[in-house]
Amino acid sequence: MAMDRDEIIQQVQEVLVDALGVDDDEVSAEATLMGDLGAESIDFLDIVFRLEKAFGIKIPREELFPAENLMNNSDFVQNGKLTEKGLSELREKMPHTDITAFVDDPDINKLGDLFTVNAIVNYVEGKLNAA
Amino acid sequence: MRWIWIDKFIEFQSGRRAVALKNVTLAEEYLHDHFPGFPVMPECLMIEAMAQTSGILVGEAKDFQEKVILAKIKKAVFFDYVKPGDTLKLATEMESIAPEAASTSGKITCADKLIAEIDLMFSHIDQNLAGKEFPEENFVFTAEASVFESLLRDVVSGRASSGADAEQK
Repeated sequence: MAMDRDEIIQQVQEVLVDALGVDDDEVSAEATLMGDLGAESIDFLDIVFRLEKAFGIKIPREELFPAENLMNNSDFVQNGKLTEKGLSELREKMPHTDITAFVDDPDINKLGDLFTVNAIVNYVEGKLNAA
Repeated sequence: MRWIWIDKFIEFQSGRRAVALKNVTLAEEYLHDHFPGFPVMPECLMIEAMAQTSGILVGEAKDFQEKVILAKIKKAVFFDYVKPGDTLKLATEMESIAPEAASTSGKITCADKLIAEIDLMFSHIDQNLAGKEFPEENFVFTAEASVFESLLRDVVSGRASSGADAEQK
């Protein structure tokens, strides 16, 4: 499916406005889903379902939002921070996300900040181009 | 005992679509207080009826092996009052179902008049809150298949058409 980035951004915005009951202008590229847009765990599934429908793609469990698996693994998390191993796992699992700022202080409580509008757009774009 | 807020199913297509009926009667006590002299069904109880209709559709899709809870009201828009003597028709469709959750889209009508549109999300909680344990008895119809069967009394063949046991029933 040929879709340029602007179209993808617009669709993603629409999905988030509907799923989270936020205004268009709150859904900026840098907005974090949990911190800025108030998403809770069930909202992530709602978003996944809506993205699948909007873009006609399949989103496997944990591919878009892989944090849960990481946090429950003691190899990846120590003293509330991601280990080197955890970080490389994160890089591998979330190639659509820029984690350079997170690496300086890999506090798991800040993991939520990685889920931004931009990250979703990147993910969807990658998915559509791969198809 | 469970609180059942729908009377029966008139259509049941496993994993896809279900239609249930709810008869509203003045014998239901809340109508005397909501409101005195002007009995109308509260919207939250319409949501409950749709949650039961949709929740059973979701639970049945996985053979009642999952603990299904209402997790999110995605949309609830109401267009008209519901009064004693009305028969509500609750039609719901499965929009998406995944190992950890499902979403449904439903409409309530009364004599073909649109009453409400209610879209819901359900969580399969064992798949989401890893490791936490929940009591079995609180979940929709896992231990009480007989209640479910009685709600389906008129559509057994409809339900079975998606399964293999049509002939035996």
